[in-house]
Amino acid sequence: MITLNYVLTLSGILFAIAVAGVFLNRRNIIVLLMCIELMLLAVNFNFVAFSRYLGDIGGQIFVFFILTVAAAEAAIGLAILVVVFRERRSIEVEDLDTLQG
Amino acid sequence: MQSIYLTIALAPLAAAIIAGLFGKSIGKSGAHGITILCVGISCVLSFYVLYQILFNGLAPYNGTVYTWLVSDGVSMNVGFLIDRLSAMMMVVVTFVSLMVHIYTIGYMDEDPGYQRFFSYISLFTFSMLMLVMSNNFMQLFFGWEGVGVVSYLLIGFWYTRPTAIFANLKAFLVNRVGDFGFVLGIAAVLRYTGSLDYATVFAHADQITAAQVHVSATIIWPAITFTCICLFVGAMGKSAQIPLHIGLPDSMEGPTPISALIHAATMVTAGIFMVARMSPLFELSETALSMVLIIGATTAFFMGLLGIVANDIKRVIAYSTLSQLGYMTTALGASAYGAGIFHLMTHAFFKALLFLAAGSVIMAMHHEQDMRKMGGLRKYLPITYWTCLVGSLALIGFPGTSGFFSKDALIDSVHLSHRAGATYAYFCVLSGVFITALYTFRMFFMTFHGRPRMDHHTQEHLHESPWVVTVPLILLAIPSALIGWFTVEPMLFGGYFGSAIHVLPDNDVLARVGEEFHGSPLEFMWAAFGSWPVWLAALGVLTAWLFFLKRPDFADAAERRFKWLHTILVDKYGFDWFNEHVIMVGARLLGGGLWRFGDQIVIDDGLVNGSARSVGWLGSVMRYAQSGYLYHYAFAMILGLASFLLWILWRT
Repeated sequence: MITLNYVLTLSGILFAIAVAGVFLNRRNIIVLLMCIELMLLAVNFNFVAFSRYLGDIGGQIFVFFILTVAAAEAAIGLAILVVVFRERRSIEVEDLDTLQG
Repeated sequence: MQSIYLTIALAPLAAAIIAGLFGKSIGKSGAHGITILCVGISCVLSFYVLYQILFNGLAPYNGTVYTWLVSDGVSMNVGFLIDRLSAMMMVVVTFVSLMVHIYTIGYMDEDPGYQRFFSYISLFTFSMLMLVMSNNFMQLFFGWEGVGVVSYLLIGFWYTRPTAIFANLKAFLVNRVGDFGFVLGIAAVLRYTGSLDYATVFAHADQITAAQVHVSATIIWPAITFTCICLFVGAMGKSAQIPLHIGLPDSMEGPTPISALIHAATMVTAGIFMVARMSPLFELSETALSMVLIIGATTAFFMGLLGIVANDIKRVIAYSTLSQLGYMTTALGASAYGAGIFHLMTHAFFKALLFLAAGSVIMAMHHEQDMRKMGGLRKYLPITYWTCLVGSLALIGFPGTSGFFSKDALIDSVHLSHRAGATYAYFCVLSGVFITALYTFRMFFMTFHGRPRMDHHTQEHLHESPWVVTVPLILLAIPSALIGWFTVEPMLFGGYFGSAIHVLPDNDVLARVGEEFHGSPLEFMWAAFGSWPVWLAALGVLTAWLFFLKRPDFADAAERRFKWLHTILVDKYGFDWFNEHVIMVGARLLGGGLWRFGDQIVIDDGLVNGSARSVGWLGSVMRYAQSGYLYHYAFAMILGLASFLLWILWRT
């Protein structure tokens, strides 16, 4: 029997991996985008799990919205990435420090 | 009657506006025509009101004409209180003002500011009438400030002279000091009685007596003393009592008619009038009256001494005015309000006369005011000579003149008073009689007798002044000489003032003076020969004759012998030095310090620039936190989120 705990633990682990990916990754922005997608997926897991646990279908509907938004975000993110690469000939995170004070 | 009172007050205002705003179009004759007409109307109506009160038993009028504003239950009204005190003051003010208006036609004839001058003096008459006719503190203060402003404008009438500008600024500043006390006094009255109306305040005077002023935990003053002293500080500023007298001698920079009207007859007596009007309050505070008594006596004696060394003819009369104001204040302090007001009235006539006579002399001398360059003017200016003689005799209290009755009664009252300081005051006013006679006749002899000391050119052009100048002199000389005969009995002993002046039975020294008065002024006069003042005055005249006419070398010898005394007197006791070197320098230091420390350092550097600079500093520190790397920002976000979650967890 898969209880709520298992699912929540799984989503926690996924989220933690994603966060670690954001911090540890110094090279590639694509990985960064993937990590963000992973975070969203971890959240989606929670939504589905609680939806099932509480017997409320609203959570699963919300997941669809999030997936849609995530897809749109990925599309825009990749487009920005292409522009950045054209501009700077690099997509390494280390090189993108123009916000420095 | 209300419309009559309104006309009395507003006619001079209308004249002032017409002469002031349309002076160009109505011309010189139009300006003096309209102002004299309007002040004449006021004067005639004032006489009518006094006549009605004296002979037809008109009851005192106390009514509000207009409510200016009502705020938190305190209403500020324009209203009139016409009783015997204000009726008498109205007659004095309008009569002297009318005389001065007429005189001005001659005196200011060739002055380019002719219309402006008439506008100012009419405005002054209006303000002074508002002051004396008022039935509440607010209007009193309005008139009080009004006469102050006009005085300022008129002292600086010849505004191209630096000395005149200095003098009017000085007078204005001194008045500010006094007015500050006065405003505090009015505020105290409002605080303890909740009203500004005279009748209400006097009816609730016991509320002030019951209250106390907590200055600090240990210092507690009776509120009545505090209130009265504050009000008296206002009177000191206006009526030039030591140490706020310094503005008055310098105010002689203004044209002579002004000195007569404002700085001798009317405005400077406003303080005396005010204290007499507030007698129901002052009677309740023995301490305040004692202070009034001592300050008045000090002024009377020490300011008189200054008259002996002054050489400017107007300044001699100015010091004499200071001294006589001191006499009036002394009378107030001895609770002899009637004597003070009586002296105020007689003084208004004879001092205005003396000033106008001095003005006539100054005109004849082509605006030379130094008495050392005069002498022997008697044969050139006969009318001026005789009227000036009348004024001088009245001033020294020559038996039979108006000044004699008022001054003698005043000195007797002070003698009979048992208030603290009364002995000192009696000594001061008594020796003051000798001093008064000395400086008055010094001025008189130096001007009109002896050998002429003016230059040849001036001497050739000496001639008597035109009729517009001499007629007011004669018209003022008549009351100066005679008015005492008709007024001494009712005003001093006959209860003329009725309910207008309130004296506690224990303090009523005038009544005790009156016990020796048996109904006829002549007897009063004979009785005076048995007392000091008359003989002291005679001695003063004799001394003046000996020192300044018969043997002028005696005066020089005395001056050399008492060099230190002479220096002190010429320096006016160092009041001016003290003010210029201590108070003025101190005020400038304080102001400079506040400017440098308070304004430049605290406000400019600290608050304004400081807040900008601290924001800049914060930014310069914060910029190191901005690495520009995405993962740092993300880390900060996560960290924030985590700590937020932790906080929620721990809270629950």
